[in-house]
Amino acid sequence: MTRYIARRTAQMVILFLVFLTLTFLLLTALPGDVVKQKFATNPNIPPEAAQLAIERLGLDKPLWEQYSSYMWNFFRGDFGFSFTQYPRPVSDIILERIPRTLVLFLTVLVSYYILGFVTGKFIAWRRGRRGEHALTVGGVLLYTVFYPWFALMLIWFFAFYADVVPINKFLDPQEWVDAPFSSNHVFMVIFAVLLVGAVTALVFWILTRRIRDPARRRRIAWTGYTLLGAVLVWFWYGSEFGSARRLYAGDIAHHMILPVMTITLISFAGIMLLTRSSMLETMREDFILTARAKGLAENIVRDRHAARTALLPVTTSLVIAVATVIDGGIITETVYSWPGMGELLFSSVINQDLNLAIGAFSFVGVMAMVGHLVVDILYVFLDPRIRVTGE
Amino acid sequence: MTAMSGSTISQDAFAGRLSRWRRRAKLLWTGLTNNWRLFRANRIGIVGVSIIMLFGFMALIHPILLSGLSWYSAVGLFIVFWPAVAWLALPILGEHRHNRKISLPVTVGLAAALVTAVGVGLGDTWDAGTYHPVVGNEADPPTRLLTVVNDVTDPETEMSLRQALLYSNPDGSPLLPGDVVEVREQPAQPYGRHWLGTDPLGRDILSQLMKGAQSAFLLGMVAAIVTVSFATAVGSIAAYLGGWVDALLMRLADLLLMLPGLAIFIVMSSVFTFELWHLAVLLGILSGFGGVAIVLKSQALAVTVKPFIEAARVAGASTARVILVHVVPNVMPLSLLYMMFTVTGAIQTEAILSFLGLLNIDMSWGLMIELARNQGYFLTGMRFWWLVFPSGLCVSLLAAAFFLVGRAMDEVINPRLRRR
Repeated sequence: MTRYIARRTAQMVILFLVFLTLTFLLLTALPGDVVKQKFATNPNIPPEAAQLAIERLGLDKPLWEQYSSYMWNFFRGDFGFSFTQYPRPVSDIILERIPRTLVLFLTVLVSYYILGFVTGKFIAWRRGRRGEHALTVGGVLLYTVFYPWFALMLIWFFAFYADVVPINKFLDPQEWVDAPFSSNHVFMVIFAVLLVGAVTALVFWILTRRIRDPARRRRIAWTGYTLLGAVLVWFWYGSEFGSARRLYAGDIAHHMILPVMTITLISFAGIMLLTRSSMLETMREDFILTARAKGLAENIVRDRHAARTALLPVTTSLVIAVATVIDGGIITETVYSWPGMGELLFSSVINQDLNLAIGAFSFVGVMAMVGHLVVDILYVFLDPRIRVTGE
Repeated sequence: MTAMSGSTISQDAFAGRLSRWRRRAKLLWTGLTNNWRLFRANRIGIVGVSIIMLFGFMALIHPILLSGLSWYSAVGLFIVFWPAVAWLALPILGEHRHNRKISLPVTVGLAAALVTAVGVGLGDTWDAGTYHPVVGNEADPPTRLLTVVNDVTDPETEMSLRQALLYSNPDGSPLLPGDVVEVREQPAQPYGRHWLGTDPLGRDILSQLMKGAQSAFLLGMVAAIVTVSFATAVGSIAAYLGGWVDALLMRLADLLLMLPGLAIFIVMSSVFTFELWHLAVLLGILSGFGGVAIVLKSQALAVTVKPFIEAARVAGASTARVILVHVVPNVMPLSLLYMMFTVTGAIQTEAILSFLGLLNIDMSWGLMIELARNQGYFLTGMRFWWLVFPSGLCVSLLAAAFFLVGRAMDEVINPRLRRR
């Protein structure tokens, strides 16, 4: 296993080098040059000064030299300066954007995976009945709906017509004028609370599944979830740390409602169909027949025998979804003006901010590659039929 | 183990080329009808096929409306009408569906008659100056009477003072509150001449939708064909040859899978002038060399270990022949399935890129949405519904239709999902 991981990591490093080179070449090939544009259109800057700036940024050097110095600096952890927000280093901007994207998309992923898995389980079990057709057609229509259009319609309805949620952006500047915290601090707090809450709930769910007696299991499970809820309520309302940040966290959550709802609606069908086909494959296996022959109740066969095995491809697709979250975030963040990584990627390419764009691209690439590796390793652990060759 | 012996054996065993081709055609036909019977049992797939046919009809009828019936639109229409007639009209007319001797000439005749009727009835009914989707303009839009007021409460009947600066009374004097002014307005809401109204530039929305359907089909078909050819070739070659070729191709596929697709298109569209078929080919390569190739390779791997591959090699078939004649046909059905999903993806990607204003094309559904959003018609809700809804619904519906067909094909092709 260690050898497999080592080999894959080595392959990944080579792949990443190719990826980075391609990105660099592609972005440098963009016609026009943001620095020249910036100085050429500014009459207050004399041409010598502009030339000096270009020389100082190294943009007059041949491509090969630019490339080699970029690569050298990249692997020393220096991603350069952003051209459009000049003195700020790229890493600083990316670090600022990451928590916003993480909080939004982790919430989204959790909500649509749960919804998709539950409905998928349901329609696989009632294959060919009316409920399946209605859910499939409805889900597919939502899944293939033209996303920006649907998002704009929802903005019109909920934010403009009904006026229950804000139209866009991630916070209301008026409420933050004399805020004692930066928005990123609040994002990190939300992220930590979400992560701790989700992990606790997951661990608890796994633990309670082992209890045989259903009535007892239900009792214990609900006590646990109520306790978790109480702790969360205490954190935001009772504790000094949480209650000071409650107002600001609430503002961010208010802005998150619409994007989370939109993406959940349009994405859950993908997971639903995946779960369905994987359930259908599982249900043909002999052990399901055995379970039924033993006289187990239908919902136990469904939840404990079929669904648990069918969870495998869903888990791996979740990891892939986490890894490719930024690419999918481009549209969402553009439509909702959510200043996260996706919006950064889009605007840096549009504004020809070379360093920023390459930085963002490489971040996306690293996430995707690590995600693929994690999927492959997970498969080995979760699916006993798969063995790593060469051992 | 030479190529010579292989060819002599095959010539001896299958004397007479004609009968061999005939047998193959017959096998193909039986396979097709069987699969169609399985497919027809899936109601969702049938809904998808109907929607695709409807849009195909829209795309085909557009040039006829603008300039009359030409031979290629006649052929295209016939291809849409014939299955539609065979499958919808005959059962209604009471014709027995399985009686091929009667139904074949009857359906062909009916479809041809329908094509002629459409050509004669609709040919050249639209004046190109008015109805052209890109450069057309409605010169005589309907008028509305608006009262000039200080504070607009009802935009249907009132005009603000600021807007009144653009107009004047018939005698040339400036408008004052209380004056009534006659306004010719674009976008005009649907009326007799324009069934779906006009856009802010006075162009016919229905005509634009039809043109958009053409773009969508062109894009989808090219992307799908490129995807299938790339994916089948890469998958079969990687699976059959193995070794370093396999490793190289699969790492390349990983690389393409890893690339942030939308971001790449955004970069590409600022480097090149992006036209529709560029996008189609690029989309085809990205999906055909990336994700689909990986799936097809795993399918091809299962084929390459079958005994008949061994047999073909022993008989002396060359590598190219084994791949082309024995591996590719067995991988083909699955790749056709992915073709459908590629079409869905292509249509949506085009619309998204147009929506972001990155494509250099005349007219498409995405462009219509972009125009409506750019000019601020989205937040007016229902008032300008003919600018907001038709284009968005068309993208969603056609994408959904291909997706549904793909899913229905999955149930036919994928043996593990069959209900038998």
